[in-house]
Amino acid sequence: MTPSPEIAVRTVDLHKTYSGPRGGVQAVRGIDLEVRHGEFFGLLGPNGAGKSTTIGMLTTLVVPTAGEASVCGYDVVKRSVDVKRRIGMVSQNNTLDSDLTAFENLEFRGRFFGLGARDARRRADELLEMFGLTERRGGNPFELSGGQAKRLMICRALVHRPEVLFLDEPTAGLDPQTRVNLWEVLRGLQAEGQTILLTTHYMEEAEALCDRVAVVDHGRVLASDTVDGLKGSTGADTVITVSYDGDVPDGVRALDRRDGISKVELGEGQVRVFATAPDGLLGELVTAAASAGVTVTDASQLRPSLETAFLTLTGREYRE
Amino acid sequence: MTTISPAAGTSAAGRPPAPHVPRPTLARTFLAMMARELRVLRKNFVSTFVRVLMQPLMFVFVFAYVLPKIGGGAMAAGGGSGATFATVLVPGLVGSSIVMQGVMAVVFPLMMELNWQRSITDRALAPLPVPLLAVQKIAAAGLQALIGGLLVFPAVLFIHADGQAPSVHVDNWPVLVLVLVLGSLMASAGGLLLGTLIDPQKVQVLFALVLMPMSMLGCVYYPWAALDHVRWLQIVTLLNPMVYVNEGLRAALTPQMDHMSFWAYMGVLVVSTALLTWSATRTFTKRVLT
Ligand SMILES: Nc1ncnc2c1ncn2[C@@H]1O[C@H](COP(=O)(O)OP(=O)(O)O)[C@@H](O)[C@H]1O
Ligand SMILES: [Mg+2]
Repeated sequence: MTPSPEIAVRTVDLHKTYSGPRGGVQAVRGIDLEVRHGEFFGLLGPNGAGKSTTIGMLTTLVVPTAGEASVCGYDVVKRSVDVKRRIGMVSQNNTLDSDLTAFENLEFRGRFFGLGARDARRRADELLEMFGLTERRGGNPFELSGGQAKRLMICRALVHRPEVLFLDEPTAGLDPQTRVNLWEVLRGLQAEGQTILLTTHYMEEAEALCDRVAVVDHGRVLASDTVDGLKGSTGADTVITVSYDGDVPDGVRALDRRDGISKVELGEGQVRVFATAPDGLLGELVTAAASAGVTVTDASQLRPSLETAFLTLTGREYRE
Repeated sequence: MTTISPAAGTSAAGRPPAPHVPRPTLARTFLAMMARELRVLRKNFVSTFVRVLMQPLMFVFVFAYVLPKIGGGAMAAGGGSGATFATVLVPGLVGSSIVMQGVMAVVFPLMMELNWQRSITDRALAPLPVPLLAVQKIAAAGLQALIGGLLVFPAVLFIHADGQAPSVHVDNWPVLVLVLVLGSLMASAGGLLLGTLIDPQKVQVLFALVLMPMSMLGCVYYPWAALDHVRWLQIVTLLNPMVYVNEGLRAALTPQMDHMSFWAYMGVLVVSTALLTWSATRTFTKRVLT
């Protein structure tokens, strides 16, 4: 793997199998990624997809079982210290140092990364100010609200001005208002040129923030593109799902030959139609049931989104 | 809820041009971590060392003051050379404090760091190889052990009944310093090894099954040589690392009493400190990196 200056993060066929008492867990099974400097990149996938494991390998704390990964051109295993110097990491749980105050958390992080005592204190105050945490300066980090703690962790990850900022599910468990506030923070960072790699299981978070998204599930990348590109590449724009309390009416089965419909999936008492021209289709599916003498038990229409993209890619509904 | 606008003007939080990334040296990072430990130690000083001091304080009070006063003559016969019990206790209590403190100073925080919230990831992300982080933990806990041992000194030197004063004189300062330092490091390395091997629900077991017998049978209250009346126990106790700290301190502080030979205690201290550090570094790295 040759380092190239414009690539911030690169993985090639990255694998991780956790060994356990009940055999190995294949958490990551061949992931290839390339994130450029200045990019806001998202790893989107349901719980257990392997996002944290991937980010763990990129931040040197999880050792890959096969494949390669590098950050800023440095191999995450062979040059882990060089990697650590250049990254900031905000993990999902609160890993703030409970023996220190909010301020000291930042102060010592700065010193760990080579700042002198005075510079570290100045930088700590600067960040507290910037993130609206000055009032909490002397408090214990475990007395902060969820959103404040997350902001403090972001501050801590930024103390040494990392080249790449990693965030593992930064808004999981936060209330909607706090989440939107945090999105603003992250957008602000990106506007200043910060390279960011974030994982999330919220589709709308990936849509709201990321330049490019890799959709992962079961340890593999299913697709990787811009948000618009992913929506376009799915082939179908709108997904309509209708469930019946009996057999799927015959009229419905013939739909896939019609223009504007790319695919019809038939299941046990259920039909799923992928359509580029969805107007009136839902009504038609319901009427077809009435004339065939079956009842509609459930009907839904998903507008084009990452969710329909996921559905098309995996054939499964997205479970958050 | 405050709203924040980090985008406001400055580039302070943003990605700097690559050359501005600080290039900390390993030594600087290591020292910064020690500085963190000292800060935490300073904050918790009173509570930590009240805990350290209580046990030896009570012990000398009962055995070097109360018992001689009420005629517990049998207790005063330690060492077989007419030495007061206080004389036996000075090295023993200092040594056992060092060992207990060294183990606890590393095990308690480690249980939190490795399990609850896994806050060790914070330290593990500092630009230091993980094995060096283990060495740093040993050094920091060793420092606490040393401080703990030194704090016990005045208590055991000055609390005693009339005529029961311990007779302490240091012939060889380098030996004393070496035993104190090696004993501290050996204990904290051992603590790190135990702390990385044991699962958190079993910490109580660690105390009951390891630390308790180790200190009761660690030649704290009698010199090792006196055990020749119970030959099998004398041999079994050789497996207890605390014995060598206490015997080393006996040689350094109360040389008039029977004690192990220099090569015996020093050899074991050096070798076991090295071995424990080596294996603790490995087990720690395994626990931190998954
Ligand atoms: N330390 C570990 N030991 C064993 N299995 C693990 C470990 N961490 C994660 N896993 C398993 O690996 C898979 C992927 O987990 P993870 O990377 O945490 O997914 P995500 O972050 O996308 O939810 C899951 O099946 C999870 O149970
Ligand atoms: Mg996760």
